Amino acid sequence: MSKRSWPFLLGGLLVALLLAGVVSNYASAHPDGLDSSLLKGCTVNADDEITGGSCPAQQAKDHELADSPLADYGVRGVSNGFLSTGLSGVLGVLLTFALGGGLFWLARRRGPATSPATDAATDAVSGPASDPSADERSARTR
Amino acid sequence: MHISNGIIDGPVAAVFAALALAVLTFCVLRGRRDLDDRLAPMAGLVAAFIFAVQMLNFPIFTAGVSGHLLGGALAALLVGPWVGALCVAVVLVVQALVFGDGGVAMLGLNITNMALLGTAAAYLLIALLLRVLPRTPTGLGITAFVSALVSVVVASQGFVLQYWLGGTTDLGGNLAGLSGTMAGVHLLIGIGEGLITATTVVTVAKVRPDLVYALRALKPAVPAPAVPVAGGAR
Repeated sequence: MSKRSWPFLLGGLLVALLLAGVVSNYASAHPDGLDSSLLKGCTVNADDEITGGSCPAQQAKDHELADSPLADYGVRGVSNGFLSTGLSGVLGVLLTFALGGGLFWLARRRGPATSPATDAATDAVSGPASDPSADERSARTR
Repeated sequence: MHISNGIIDGPVAAVFAALALAVLTFCVLRGRRDLDDRLAPMAGLVAAFIFAVQMLNFPIFTAGVSGHLLGGALAALLVGPWVGALCVAVVLVVQALVFGDGGVAMLGLNITNMALLGTAAAYLLIALLLRVLPRTPTGLGITAFVSALVSVVVASQGFVLQYWLGGTTDLGGNLAGLSGTMAGVHLLIGIGEGLITATTVVTVAKVRPDLVYALRALKPAVPAPAVPVAGGAR
């Protein structure tokens, strides 16, 4: 990571944590576009539970991991709804950043930094990104 | 737009899982050209940000229906189509395996719609619009809005195709009805997606234009007077 990118990354991560940790509690609880389309033909009550009729959503089965400690964006054992949702959001953001960032870091091209616009040409000349000399070059760049 | 278990039958879900795996593998191979020391952490942030915003279901005009960001257009603009598709896929995997959102057996279907179709549709439009529109915050904003809106509708029709192939309820030949319902509701959700995507990308472009992949990779068709987006009028 280049030195001057980290303030941006930190700022962006803080925004994401705020959105998932706090703002998420004000999200709409209604079914989304897909789920509502599958409810067509059924009648639902105020809690959006099916009360009658016939519709594709009736075929829905339980999630394989419905007992996961973070299932349905809540933390099991935390009774305060606001805290439960917010905490699950914070954990999700951190987990996604760690998993995504980690995988992308492992998969990254080790070589001299080039802009994507010139990548195609550069790669054609320098060969596969995994060749050992590329690692030496990246060591030199850093 | 996460498909729950039981909505699409097992064989069709398995076929799409294989398809998604193959395309994601190609995205890794092709995306490595873009993934350098600077883009890798940025891509992690994009995935984390999409996870956060996907939690924020917003109400749409139709009573009792909500929508949330899919993120394909946002990811394609910020980190490119290949890495962008992988970002959305990472989010969907975390949601399915940890948060019980979107069946694990349905993961290939969900990745195909939201990570692959959504991002691909978005980037085709981004590549077209960024070349013809002026390099201003307005031009970037319009590109982001339109590509995000269309990507959501395209993703919704991906589901309709899957339902046609392996839906567990016989619609009595009324697939067009499902298609129309999905398109209509996702046109409205797409407006929300467009607004969020445009706001986010224009903000990043003002702070750090060098971190917007699409601005680096796509050159205008007509060499315009050099006005960097970040320089923005404000």
